[in-house]
Amino acid sequence: MNKKRAILVLADGTSFPGYSLGSEGEAIGEVVFNTSMMGYQEILTDPSYKGQMVAMTYPLIGNYGINEKDSESHNPFLEGFIVKEYSPIPSNWRSQISLDEFLKNRGIVGIHGIDTRELTRKLRDCGAQQGIISTVDFDLSSLIKKIKSAPGLDGIDLVKTVTCDGLYEWKEPAPSGCIPKRYKVVVYDCGVKHNILRKLNSAGCSVTVVPAHTRSQTVLSMEPDGVVLSNGPGDPASVPYMLENIRGLLGKKPVFGICLGHQLLALTLGLRTYKLKFGHHGGNQPVMDLSTRKVEITAQNHSFAVTAPQEGTMQKSPFGSVEITHVNLNDKSVEGLKCLSIPAFSVQYHPEASPGPHDAGYLFERFIEMMKRQN
Amino acid sequence: MPRRTDLQKILIIGSGPIVIGQACEFDYSGTQACKALREEGYEVVLVNSNPATIMTDPEVADRTYIEPITTEMVAKVIAKERPQALLPTLGGQTGLNTAVNLAEKGVLKEFGVELIGAKLDAIKKAEDRSLFKSAMKHIGILVPESAYVRSYDEAMEVIEKISFPAIIRPSFTLGGTGGNAAYNIEEYREYIKVALETSPVHEVLVERSVLGWKEYELEVMRDLKDNVVIICSIENFDPMGVHTGDSITVAPAQTLTDVEYQAMRDAAIKIIREIGVETGGSNIQFAVNPENGEMLAIEMNPRVSRSSALASKATGFPIAKIAAKLAVGYALDEIPNDITRYTPACFEPTIDYCVVKVPRFNFEKFPDTDQTLTIHMKSVGEVMAMGRTFKEAIGKAIRSLESGRYGFEALWPSDSDKWTTEQKYDFLRVKLMIPNPDRLWYIADAMRFGMSLDEIYKWTHIDRWFLYNIKQVLDMEAEIRQECFAGRGERPFVPPSQAESEFNMDREMLTVAKQYGYSDKYLASLCNTEEKAVRVHRQKEAIRPVFKHVDTCAAEFKAFTPYLYSTYEGACEAEPTSKKKVIILGSGPNRIGQGIEFDYCCVHGVFALRELGYETIMVNCNPETVSTDYDTSDRLYFEPLTLEDVLEIVDTEKPEGVIVQFGGQTPLKLAIPLEKEGVRILGTSPEGIDIAEDRERFAALMNRLQLRQPDNGCARSATEAKVIACKIGYPVLLRPSYVLGGRAMRIVYDEAGLEEYITHAVRVSPEHPVLIDQFLEDAIEIDVDAVCDGKEVFIGGVMEHIEEAGIHSGDSACSLPPYSVGKDVIDELKKQTQIISLALNVVGLINIQYAIKDKIVYVLEVNPRASRTVPFVSKAIGIPLAKIATKVIMGKSLSELNVAMKREVQHTAVKEAVFPFIKFKGVDTILGPEMKSTGEVMGIDKDFGRAYAKSQMAADCSLPLTGAVFLSVRDKDKKPIVPIAKKLSHMGFKLVATHGTARMLSENNVPVTPVLKVIEGRPNIVDHIKSNEIQLVINTTGGKAAQEASYSIRRAALVHRVPYFTTLAGAMAATKAIEALKSGNLDVKPIQEYYRI
Repeated sequence: MNKKRAILVLADGTSFPGYSLGSEGEAIGEVVFNTSMMGYQEILTDPSYKGQMVAMTYPLIGNYGINEKDSESHNPFLEGFIVKEYSPIPSNWRSQISLDEFLKNRGIVGIHGIDTRELTRKLRDCGAQQGIISTVDFDLSSLIKKIKSAPGLDGIDLVKTVTCDGLYEWKEPAPSGCIPKRYKVVVYDCGVKHNILRKLNSAGCSVTVVPAHTRSQTVLSMEPDGVVLSNGPGDPASVPYMLENIRGLLGKKPVFGICLGHQLLALTLGLRTYKLKFGHHGGNQPVMDLSTRKVEITAQNHSFAVTAPQEGTMQKSPFGSVEITHVNLNDKSVEGLKCLSIPAFSVQYHPEASPGPHDAGYLFERFIEMMKRQN
Repeated sequence: MPRRTDLQKILIIGSGPIVIGQACEFDYSGTQACKALREEGYEVVLVNSNPATIMTDPEVADRTYIEPITTEMVAKVIAKERPQALLPTLGGQTGLNTAVNLAEKGVLKEFGVELIGAKLDAIKKAEDRSLFKSAMKHIGILVPESAYVRSYDEAMEVIEKISFPAIIRPSFTLGGTGGNAAYNIEEYREYIKVALETSPVHEVLVERSVLGWKEYELEVMRDLKDNVVIICSIENFDPMGVHTGDSITVAPAQTLTDVEYQAMRDAAIKIIREIGVETGGSNIQFAVNPENGEMLAIEMNPRVSRSSALASKATGFPIAKIAAKLAVGYALDEIPNDITRYTPACFEPTIDYCVVKVPRFNFEKFPDTDQTLTIHMKSVGEVMAMGRTFKEAIGKAIRSLESGRYGFEALWPSDSDKWTTEQKYDFLRVKLMIPNPDRLWYIADAMRFGMSLDEIYKWTHIDRWFLYNIKQVLDMEAEIRQECFAGRGERPFVPPSQAESEFNMDREMLTVAKQYGYSDKYLASLCNTEEKAVRVHRQKEAIRPVFKHVDTCAAEFKAFTPYLYSTYEGACEAEPTSKKKVIILGSGPNRIGQGIEFDYCCVHGVFALRELGYETIMVNCNPETVSTDYDTSDRLYFEPLTLEDVLEIVDTEKPEGVIVQFGGQTPLKLAIPLEKEGVRILGTSPEGIDIAEDRERFAALMNRLQLRQPDNGCARSATEAKVIACKIGYPVLLRPSYVLGGRAMRIVYDEAGLEEYITHAVRVSPEHPVLIDQFLEDAIEIDVDAVCDGKEVFIGGVMEHIEEAGIHSGDSACSLPPYSVGKDVIDELKKQTQIISLALNVVGLINIQYAIKDKIVYVLEVNPRASRTVPFVSKAIGIPLAKIATKVIMGKSLSELNVAMKREVQHTAVKEAVFPFIKFKGVDTILGPEMKSTGEVMGIDKDFGRAYAKSQMAADCSLPLTGAVFLSVRDKDKKPIVPIAKKLSHMGFKLVATHGTARMLSENNVPVTPVLKVIEGRPNIVDHIKSNEIQLVINTTGGKAAQEASYSIRRAALVHRVPYFTTLAGAMAATKAIEALKSGNLDVKPIQEYYRI
């Protein structure tokens, strides 16, 4: 077992000495915690974590190793990985390599052996903040200086660092027994998780992924039946070109926004966004569908959220009325939007789950229905 | 949805006595349910025959029926109370079965009672194997393939579809006779033939074996809006093949990827919807093939279960309470999460620690039975431990068990050092392959022996992840040994008495050792020093545990309920208050001799302290209990009850003192060590406890008080034993001095018996003396429970045992008030109780056992602590003894508390013990000085006969009103049996008896049919029992040979559920009860009405 020392230091000077996991070196990012007990591989490969370092609140990580199929992108984009106890022995028939090897191969700096619960309480009480993991520098003031000189998340366009270079078709075969391809969907890749593509695919869509800077005219010229705005990292207010793109699509094609896509849709519709104290990162967030009053347990990963309208659940927009469709039962934050005059809706959480419960999978059906009605 | 307003009165059925497979978890769930429903303004009617429960406290439900849980009796309750609804899912299998019977018999329809929570259809769909199977098929969820076959040809057809190994189970054979596992077609052909022959209906179930697969459980909740959440996932350490109650289990699941876990979650949600459990908790079990992830659904409990209790304690989510609220119409999102306050119960708890449950076995009580763990549950209790890692949690669980182990001690037999390597390997292989209670420790031995993880996996199929974690602990053990003996040279083992009081260890190593779950005591034994030396060094190095919250949310939200566990990590969250506070130590895992009664007392202690304005702090490690509910005490420490762990809590909390007298032996034996460390023990002083527990000091006290004890002595050699026994006079009661709780106690009638005992049963030596007591044959035994404030004594109850002295008091039925002894004797007992209590300076509870022979009172035993009968007495007289005792302990006087000192009850309450014999193959049902019962019931009515009849009915041994009675009694009982036989005959019973007994009866003009003994040919008495021709068995035996000869009679009666009595006193009581039953129907009456004077 790797007993090489490592240290995690937060911007406020709190330090957590531990041991090195994965690559050695130094990494800086906003430290957030994720409360999922399983699914570390999906979390590691979720591009929305760009700019962030993830602490797993579940203390035993690495138990089932890493396999080739459960990744949400080709690369881990997160800056660092923080766990209480790393298991050097992966025990699962699907496992191909250990977590440590994976992190080493992908150049991700990690730390294990720290009191992740205390870190979580700190972040909960004081809010998410920048931090640094180092296996080379153990000098507090030097480390804090490094943190201070690094840019934060606010106002930084991280989408451009994770979006694809060029357009591509999603080719991974859908599981057998799925309906034939009936709809053509374009997905704006702001850092898309592959399971969104898989879900669309198995719901009967042929999927084309385009980079975030693709103009709406280009997308419209592809004659899709609908457009999906994907999840992605960072502050929604820092990707103005996406708002431009969305404006060009609204009312013309059915639009479905997920996570960052939801925030971008909201901004386009004239709503505001704000930064949550420590975000929602986990697989147990209860969300109520206001139309059915039923609750779904959702997978979430976001640090920003949409500001609720001052009164009620309705808001006027240049594209007609916008309705709040879903709310988070824990903090009453906005979880879903629907345009009443045009075919567009979005959710703050992840209907594609991965990791997390599948309760919200019906939203893909809803999108399909929307495309069906437009045809 | 708001709560239902069309319901006003709701019936809850409890689970009855504690038996293997159904323990205090249903007191926990039932109590939560009653509280939750009353909070909502419903009137709650409760039926439960178990007096040792919190749920049967008169304050918990509005109307509490401590009556037998039979369809007939519950129907009477329904007729009397007319509830609108019955909530069947919170009283275990007993509650559920009773509800089903009531529905099927039309009782619910007749009285317009609605089943809430789960409807009849749903219950049947979940419980009936074939309905469940077809329901699973309907939703595309796989179950192990299986089929019933009625012929050889059919069997050959079926096996085409079922892969090997195949399990073959003949229908309707008892105890699995004729069953087998076939690994190939040849074996299959052979076993099928045998099985078809063995089955009386020639029917065999062939099922695909999933032995060795990984086993998982999910706890699922659903509401009327069809919201479904998973509360907890549990992964079994022991793979498929060991009952989950006997398995070490871990929460959450450790070795599933999210993809696999979510598939299981989806399946669980589909299953609860398909089965149609409307609201509340269900438990669904899955098997997963470790080779390819194939997942099968195994079974579903459409109710709150043992696993639900574990899941509740493991996550902080109160499943039973929420289930009750859902049943009356609330939706999950309308109920707040008590722990976080501002978030709703509609979510899935996430935890940031590892939970390990380890079962507690009691096989030492049943030496004749096989200790192999199978699909039938055999454990009697369990412990749960939490840590930030699996290693820490399992280490804590091991020391919570109180089995004398504090770590992974080596279990090699004493002669194993002479074995060859091959012999050792073979020994380990067998211990690993065949699941047994000690397998965890044999895994450690195998690792020390050098067996690889893959090899151990091959023999156990225990997931490598678990094995690897144990290996990490053992690798450290080797390092620790090296460190301790570095520079000192390897030295041979020396007994602890010569251990060194020095301890030194590298700071980092010690920190890691503590994080790995090593106890101070085990570290001391590894380093050949004393526990205290380790503690002193550790504390000097400031290596102290911190306490973290169980908060349902992994710290995402602030927790408002201080539910804590210890770990060795950075920050402590205990935040002790500066209020005046008291710690109550719980009773640890259930075991025979120490069960729910003690948890009841602890909970009452908490209630009383709260009434007095103290902050209450509970320490316990048993997840089944009410005491470990986060809202029972103000602060809950879910921790092992060892000196080390308790001292750290005391040091953190700094209470006014610690109460040790409610939790049984577990806390009591900590009294002196805690006091030595400067902890204040509240109530009776450790000195007083010691006088009562130490034989010699106690004898001296009895002498001084001029009270009589049976003659006794202490033998340090075989010769001495014979001399003492001869002086006292046979029969004598023998027991080893170093074992508590009646272990290895025996009554011997002559020197041959003594000889046998000291050569085969126990070793006698100067270090291990044997205690010899005069055995008072045919004496009446009496228990007295009292409370003393140091000046005055309140006699709570005087209980006359039904069975004579010599039968362990926990196994004997007893009656309050006494039914045969006179007032003069009772007054004498009360007087002696007063004298002894004051002499011992008792402050709190005291229990004294007396024997009465020829009108002379003998003091058998004094326990200055809560006894097993405290809840029974409290329920019988309507005065909560433990609560009063608590207030006395805190300085109140009895007169201040205004306790009605002389309270004559106008009714009779009978306690009857319930035994686990049926679960243990090859075990005799004869009672003796060693306790064997797991639980108790109470029968309460206006007279002894009726109360006794109810107690028998409640113990699942309903007395017959007609039919045949079989009598076979030892010589000394032949005369006294005559009046009993006469009475039975007059009541219309046909009597059958073995030769000797028959002759005695004939001589006294009692009509009787002789019957053959087993050795005399066939058809014999066992055949008659098996053909259901006998309705009652009265069988007393003398010596060992007679016992062995009649063993098959008792076993047959047990298996065929024929009531049997092995003592004359029991037979006499039964006769009285039958008489009472014949004179009129039994009535039901709530306990609250008995107390109104």
